[in-house]
Order: sequence, then structure tokens, then C-alpha cells
Amino acid sequence: MATLAAELPRVEPRVNYLNASYGVKSWLLTTDHKRIALLYLVSITFFFLVGGIAATVMRLHLISPTGALVEPATYNKLFSVHGIIMIFFFLIPSIPAVLGNFLVPMMIGARDLAFPRINLLSWYIYVVGGIFTLYAILAGGVDTGWTFYTPYSSTYSNTHVIATALGVFIAGFSSILTGLNFIVTIHKMRAPGLTWFRLPLFIWAHYATAVIQVLGTPVVAITIVLIALERLIHVGIFDPKLGGDPLLFQHLFWFYSHPAVYIMVLPSMGVVSELITCYSRKRIFGYEAIAFSSLAIAVLGFLVWAHHMFVSGISIYAGLVFSILSYLVAIPSAIKVFNWMATIYKGSISYDAPMLYALGFIGLFTMGGLTGLFLANLGMDVHVHDTYFVVAHFHYIMVGGALMGYLGGLHFWWPKITGRLYPDKWARFAALVIFLGFNLTFFPQFILGYLGMPRRYAVYPPEFQVLNVMSSAGASVLAVGYAIPLIYLIWSMRYGPIAGPNPWGAKGLEWTTPSPPPTDNFEQTPVVTEEAYAYGD
Amino acid sequence: MGPAGFPLFPDQASTIAGGVDRLFFFLVVVAGFFSALIFILIFIFAIKYRRRSEDQKAQQIKGSLKLEIAWSVIPLLITFVMFGWGATLYVRNSRPPANAVEVFVVGKQWMWKIQHTEGQREIDELHVPVGRPVKLTMTSEDVIHDFFVPAFRVKKDVLPGRYTTIWFQATQVGRYHFFCAQYCGTQHSAMTGWVYVMKPIDYEKWLSGGGAESMESSGEKLFSRFGCINCHHADGSGRGPSLVGVFGRPVQLETGETVTADEAYVRESILAPNAKIVKGYPAIMPTFQGQVSEEELLQLIAYVKSLRAAERMTK
Repeated sequence: MATLAAELPRVEPRVNYLNASYGVKSWLLTTDHKRIALLYLVSITFFFLVGGIAATVMRLHLISPTGALVEPATYNKLFSVHGIIMIFFFLIPSIPAVLGNFLVPMMIGARDLAFPRINLLSWYIYVVGGIFTLYAILAGGVDTGWTFYTPYSSTYSNTHVIATALGVFIAGFSSILTGLNFIVTIHKMRAPGLTWFRLPLFIWAHYATAVIQVLGTPVVAITIVLIALERLIHVGIFDPKLGGDPLLFQHLFWFYSHPAVYIMVLPSMGVVSELITCYSRKRIFGYEAIAFSSLAIAVLGFLVWAHHMFVSGISIYAGLVFSILSYLVAIPSAIKVFNWMATIYKGSISYDAPMLYALGFIGLFTMGGLTGLFLANLGMDVHVHDTYFVVAHFHYIMVGGALMGYLGGLHFWWPKITGRLYPDKWARFAALVIFLGFNLTFFPQFILGYLGMPRRYAVYPPEFQVLNVMSSAGASVLAVGYAIPLIYLIWSMRYGPIAGPNPWGAKGLEWTTPSPPPTDNFEQTPVVTEEAYAYGD
Repeated sequence: MGPAGFPLFPDQASTIAGGVDRLFFFLVVVAGFFSALIFILIFIFAIKYRRRSEDQKAQQIKGSLKLEIAWSVIPLLITFVMFGWGATLYVRNSRPPANAVEVFVVGKQWMWKIQHTEGQREIDELHVPVGRPVKLTMTSEDVIHDFFVPAFRVKKDVLPGRYTTIWFQATQVGRYHFFCAQYCGTQHSAMTGWVYVMKPIDYEKWLSGGGAESMESSGEKLFSRFGCINCHHADGSGRGPSLVGVFGRPVQLETGETVTADEAYVRESILAPNAKIVKGYPAIMPTFQGQVSEEELLQLIAYVKSLRAAERMTK
């Protein structure tokens, strides 16, 4: 984008947001959205490691049909911790709270988010929620699964349900505040000339995500309170023995938790639109279609929750309605994939690491989406529901999709965030290892699921062993794939070559300021005179 | 299917399985086609349009409304076909045939208790005849479970406080896994068992073995033991309505509503008698919540059901 930055002297500023002030206090009391993004980066990386360790132990355990490592009670806690940590403390905050926090103001030419102190507050709330959950894990764990189904969670489980659920409840407010901040910022703080249809698609994706965060998260918060009421003072809400309805919980839970999948994957879609255009040196194909499909996903995502309940005993008619609505929500995702394909068509494509992640995202998300068509299908879902088919499907979306997008975005903006470049060969190698390891881990699980292996099984019939061993082997490859970027990214912060303001030749306001950016982002408010992705100029 | 000890495809052992698998293959073909399309296009574009020199320019294309419409409408139409096919199968597989053999299943942490109408009981095993439809009426004593027979392609949650049903017709004699598919606590993965599909003659032999009392006669005894008989006189002279011929029929309520007297209604009337008061009768029945077990409830229901048959015989 043509901006006033072009007229500024091209000198690396000595003072940037990283060295503007020093000391622990300058970080813990910062209201700079870029520093808060880094606080989030460190926190979610920690939680990713916790969730990853749980997954590693699970996959090792499942090498043997009788269970190789732990007691079933421990296994149940492992998958619960894995799900709760990865979803509520890694995936949901990942792109919005790290990349979104860093980039939303920079992409729209603002100095900060609309409410910088609320932004810091949201990080503290997240940390407090995380501490509650970690306490629950250390005190003995929780064994309800991340889904907290009643009446098991509200009456029968004798593990630390309340502490964990309280952790999730608290973390939810952090998500709401981040969403609120984004909505207000995007509405009110765009630079002069930056009209809605000149916004990068990353911003559209975050706007749609923020709408879900603000509208959906309160529902799961209320639901958790209801569980606590039943568990602590025996108010009959979900347990039929107390006069409650166990399915009510599932309706409330999935009303949030299905849209939550879009909280995880929409920001990744936003990242992919930035990456694909930059490394194809091409404007996006079908800007409006991609922008509106994000909003369509946010709206339709709220109308499909009961497809998690086709075998739960809901009425046939409810099943029919939710099945067709679930098919409708597939269309905006398909539109995005086709537009990305059309964007690379006749591009000038280079294969830097972020582009490999973006292409990996498109492939894996496509497979995740297409297998979702099996689960939205009433007649088909009966057989594959609650089997490893579902496990494979949502990992293709959440890991193959959301996580690949996060890693792609992190690699793309790393030079902007740190001012340093990482070794590109290692980065491309890691992307390849992750792609292969991921498929080896999760593809066999589709077959396991169709064979009928139920999810959340600590022990299983011996005929499922070969596929489980393949999956565990893949998981070890995947673990290596994740370890490599962790090493070279940390290495690059000190030893990486200086990146300069725009190492990729990318468009977008964030690339017009120095790397790392000064605390105020822009020396003068930029004026936007052209559309996003003007790679043709 | 697949190498020994390493199956890649599940057994097809019910009349439902074939239909589900045909739908599965259709979905695999469509999903496979689109996956292949995307992957092949990525590869072709990736090679053809790779940046060979730094000054290589991309050809800027704004977009195309025609293409947007095409790749919205075509997938939409394909998903409608998927929806229609799946919905038809779901509706058909949800309705048990009237002549189905009835079996009653109670799930509890962590076992399956199964009763046959004739009185045979079993735990974590289910014996059924080949070639005859079998309907399972299921409930749970505690948390939500799920009864899943992969070889039959049937699955349904088993909930506390209500009845759910599934049905199947086994097509091959043999032994098949059943699993609890809804996570239910510590020993969830041990809450499994075997369905034994038997030749009808072997099944009859198995049913009559052991001289068990039928659910209906057990229910009749409970009807006296719990004192139901004191009010629910057969001739309608008691303080409560007669239950003869009630099952399966509409019941007129005090509120003016009409409900069908099915399993759920009888169950509710025993556990929460004041929830639905029959027209013309006082709300004086005490609750039996906590006094009668899930299995006894099923026996009482079996007895109430038999009163319909009894009426038919007297006519």
C-alpha cells in the first residue's frame, strides 16, 4: 500500500517496542499491544507444551491394546487435559491473541487497540484461568473430557471438575475482551482511506471471529455455572435424578463449542489469505467472496450445533434440520478454498516456509472439511459418531488447519515481530516434517473410526493395534516437527540476520514500518489510497 | 477385509450395514474427487507458476462472479444429494419394524445388563436370532452411555431418565463387538461386550434354558408388591384408572391434552405420577422414585403392555 512511510528516511530506528523500556515491570504492566502479543505468545507456547506432553503419553500408551503405560483413570485424565488445554488455552487464543493482537492495529494503521488496558487485563484473566486449570491438573486432574458431558461431570466424576471448569470459565472472559477490543478497533480506528473493502482479509477474519467470541463465549460461561450449581448445591438442571435434563447440557455446550471451532479456524483462514497473496505476488481472487464467507461462517456456525447430537436421542426432525444447516456451513469454506486456488493460478510463486504452511493448510483443511460432510450426514454419522473418525476429522481441522495457519503466520510475521530472520531451510524442512507426521498420525484414525474403534478408549481390541501403532509413529514424527521451529525461532532472536522492514516484499501497512516496529507503530498516521494486495503495482 | 488380524473394513452383519456402506463409498468418492482436485491443482500450479526469476510477474486477476456462483452452487447441489440420501437412511433406520423381537438394555458404570422378554438375563452379552428384526429399548442407571455395534452400523446414546431405541436385523451368524461409545468414566473402555447372532433354533433353545421367569410375570409380581394393584383395578373400580388396554393408546389428561401411553409415559407415571394426571382421577398416587430399579421398571412396563394383549384375548 502506498503510504507516507515511503517518504520516511530508511534508517533502522534505534528505539523500538522491544527496547523502549527494560525490566520485568515494563512487560507485566505494558499496554502496548505488541508486547501483550508476546506475553500471549510465551503463555500459549507453554500451554501447547503441556497439551503436547499429554498427547505424547496418550499415543505411547495406545501402542498396546491393553495399554502400555498408564491406568485407564490416568488415560482419561490425559485426554481431558489434552483437549481442555489445547482448545481453551492454546487454539482459541492462538492466532487472535498473538498475531491478531500484534497485527490488527498495525494492519489498519492504528497506534494500538481501542482499549489497551483491557487488552492487558485480558492477558491477566487468561493467566488466572490457566493457573486454575494447572492447579486442577497438579492436584490430581480431571477426567470428564473437554466436553464436560453431564450428568457425568455434574454428579458422578470424583475428579477436579470445578477447578478446571472455573479455569475455562475465567479464560472465556479473556476471549470475550479480546473479541470486543477487535470489534471496536476495526470499526473506529482504521487509518484515513482504509475503507472496509480495502481491509486485509486477515482483518475480516478476525472481525468474524470476534463476533463469535463475544456472542458465543457467554453461553459456555453460563453452562459452566450451571454445572457448578448442580455439582455443589445439587440444583437439578442436568441430572435426571434431580429432575434435570442431560441433553440440555449438550445443547448449551455445543451452542458455544461448535462456533468455537470457527474461532480456531477463521483466523487461520485470514492468515492464509495474506500468505497466498504475498508468495504468489498476486492480488486475492474474489476478495468480497472471501470476506463475506467469513461472516457467513460466523453466522451459520451458530445454527449447526446439534449435529454433535444425532445419536443422542434428539428427534428425527431436529436431526433433519441440523443436518441441512450443517451442509450449508460447508459452502463458505469451499468458496474460500476455491478462491485461494484461483489466487495461486498464474501467480509468481515462491516457496518460503510460510507458503508451505499455507499450502499445507489448504490441503489438510480440505480433507478435514470434506470428512465433515460425512459427519453432517445423518445416515452416515450414526456409524462414525464418537469413533476415531471424528477424532481424525477434527484434528484435520484444528491441527491441519488452525495450527498450520498459526505456524505459517508466525513464520510470516516473525521478522516483523523480532526484527530477525530464521534459517529458511530449516523452516521449510520443519514444515515438511509436520505435514508428513500429521498425516501419518491422523489418516489411520479415519480407518480405525470406520472399523468402529470408539474414541476415549484406554484399552482396545487387538485387531486395532496395527493402525494405532502407525498413528503413534506419526505422532513421534510430528513431535520432532514441532520441536525444530521452537529451537530455530528462539535461536533467531539473538543470532538471526537482521530482517529489515519488509523481507518478503509484502503489501500491507504493517510492512511499511521498521522491524521491530516502534512503540507507536507509525511515525505518522498512514493514508491509504489503494486496495489490499496491490501486488500488481 | 484386510490382512489377518489387521482388518481395514468392518464386517457387514446387518440389513442396515450395506446401505450405510453404499452411502459411505459415495461420500468417499466425492470427497476423494475434491481432495484429488485440490491436491493436483496445487501441484500443477506450484510447478507451473513457480518463480523462476526475481522479476517474474504474476498475472493479476480480480475475480469472476461466474466462477464464484459455479463453485458455490455446484457444491451446494452435491451436498443436497448427500443430505437427502443420509436423511432417508436415518429416517428408515430409526423406525423399528412392528414384529421386532424386543430386548431391554440397562447401562450402568460399567456394565450392560440385558433382559429378554422371555426372562433370560445376561451381562455384557447379547444373544439375538439371525434374520429377525431386534429392537433394543435402552436406559441408563447413572450417566450417559452409548450402545454401538460396528458390524451392524447402529449406535444410540443410552440416557438416564428416558428410553432410547435402536433396531437391527442380523444377517450372519457369528460374534460381533459391541462398545460403549459415549465416554462414561474410569472403565469406559471396558464397557464392551459381544453380540452373539444365532440360528433361530439355537436362539430358541438358549431362550428357554434356565427356566427364567418372563419379564411380564416378574412385572405382575412387582405390580402386587408395590401395591399398584390396590388402586389400579382391572375393572376400573379402583381409585386409579384401570391399566387394561391402555398401552399404546391415547390417554385423556386432566389438562385436556392427549398423550400416547408408551414406555416413557408409563415410566413417568410411576416415577413422577403428578406430571400427567388422567382425566377424572385425583392426583393421589405417591412417587416410586428411588424405590423401583430401572430393570423393575422395564418389567412393570412389560406387564402393563401384556394387559393390552390380555384385553385383546378376552374380546
